Amino acid sequence: MPYSDKVLEHYNHPRNVGSFSPSDLNVGTGLVGAPECGDVLKLQILVNPSTGMIEDAKFKTFGCGSAIASSSLATEWLKGKTIDEAMDIKNTAIVEELALPPVKVHCSVLAEDAIKAAIKNFQDKQVSKSAKQSERAELVGAAS
Amino acid sequence: MLKIPIYMDNNSTTRVDPRVVEAMLPYFTEHYGNAASRSHPYGWESEQAVETAREQIASLIGAGAKEIIFTSGATESDNLALKGVAQMYKKKGNHIITQATEHKAVLDACKRLEKEGFQVTYLPVDAFGQVNVEQIRAAITDKTILVSIMSANNEIGSLQPIKAIGKLCKEKGILFHTDGVQSVGKVPINVEEMGIDLLSLTAHKMYGPKGIGALYVRKKDPRVRLDPQIDGGGHERGMRSGTLAVPLIVGFGRAAEIAHQEMAEEAKRLYRLRERLRKAIMEKLPESYLNGHPDERLPGNANISFAYVEGEGLMMGIKDVAVSSGSACTSASLEPSYVLRALGVGDELAHSSIRFGLGRFTTEEEVDYVIDLVVREVNRLREMSPLYEMAQQGIDLKSIAWAAH
Repeated sequence: MPYSDKVLEHYNHPRNVGSFSPSDLNVGTGLVGAPECGDVLKLQILVNPSTGMIEDAKFKTFGCGSAIASSSLATEWLKGKTIDEAMDIKNTAIVEELALPPVKVHCSVLAEDAIKAAIKNFQDKQVSKSAKQSERAELVGAAS
Repeated sequence: MLKIPIYMDNNSTTRVDPRVVEAMLPYFTEHYGNAASRSHPYGWESEQAVETAREQIASLIGAGAKEIIFTSGATESDNLALKGVAQMYKKKGNHIITQATEHKAVLDACKRLEKEGFQVTYLPVDAFGQVNVEQIRAAITDKTILVSIMSANNEIGSLQPIKAIGKLCKEKGILFHTDGVQSVGKVPINVEEMGIDLLSLTAHKMYGPKGIGALYVRKKDPRVRLDPQIDGGGHERGMRSGTLAVPLIVGFGRAAEIAHQEMAEEAKRLYRLRERLRKAIMEKLPESYLNGHPDERLPGNANISFAYVEGEGLMMGIKDVAVSSGSACTSASLEPSYVLRALGVGDELAHSSIRFGLGRFTTEEEVDYVIDLVVREVNRLREMSPLYEMAQQGIDLKSIAWAAH
């Protein structure tokens, strides 16, 4: 199957390969796919909690060239976006940008799923962080 | 100077040997008669050329020339053997025994026969992709008319105990068909010594042209009869009508002759090159696994799975070498190789498999280039793989609740 130039470009020079510490409260991690299906995407965002801006994004992907390219492109697009803007990234835009053939559309779906999973992970952490903070405040209040 | 991409997909097809091309050429433009024309020299010389090729092919497998029936290729040969025998012997019985890792030409012909009321037993294979003769003995019933077990597998190169199976079939009075597409011309195959009654062959896996194959059909002890699948002028003892493709047949014959003469030396050379490739790759890349039998396999075949790396992604990285993968992504379906699954190779490793098929024209320089390329790309993709990262951190990948999609 011939690959588009953009897929080849991302595959040969993937952007933002790597990992953030998943325990960092400002990091959201999305892990989607399954090894037995031949695709696993791990996508991470580093969010500035005061501005809600995604300052950095990294990925690691087990999959075909289109899966690698979809994740690489997703990290490029995520950087500098707010959480709300990131929620609007659609798989169809990835399909269009990379000129993915129909059999590779699922790669873009996984990339969108990974973005959403990473954002959800970040938001869950924020909720538990604020829960912890209010818990602590209550404890502090009770002690005084 | 290396020619890129390097061709290492010889289990898929082979380059036509220049000596074969040379033999074929006059039969396009000079000796173009119909081998069935009895009334003029054009026909006679074509017929003579076909008979020579028949002898060359027969001689490679220890058969008689009259036992070679030309077809369009091994898919047709497999279809003719299975359907032809089933229909001819259906009064005797309706049971066929085959195995899970056969080529689709056999499996799909069996599926059609099942629709027509035949019973088919698909034997499982062991971790090396082999069946044993006791499994076959246990599966035989008084309705069994045919056993079809390939002599070597196209994906993993594993050889089957053909001689023992042939002996059992003789003992039980059951016909024995083997798909010899991968084995003939690569390892010794002798229909007499191995008790083979029907053998599928194709030219293009042995450095001959595409579009021509043959079915060996035993003429005595027992005389095998077939219900023809193509009706017409009664060519090929009535078993396969259609004007013979004389230039292709001449090429097939020459290819068989060369294989016969050079097989012993070529097998040694290919084994040495294959082992050079396999050893270097597996030593340099931990968690790489050979699929199929370590010793009882085709000399030129190495099928290796690379944990944490997906096969199609890897093929893209090693695009300077033409290979194939057991990954689902290389086919329209989402299922990885049914052959690797039948061996019990997990889906994850099946997705990570690459088949290296070395052949007559593979050089040591090419092998060394491919070793470096594969090692470099597997390492690069592992650095990019979340599964590799998790494994390095000591996370058991099986402990994770993956969302299958």
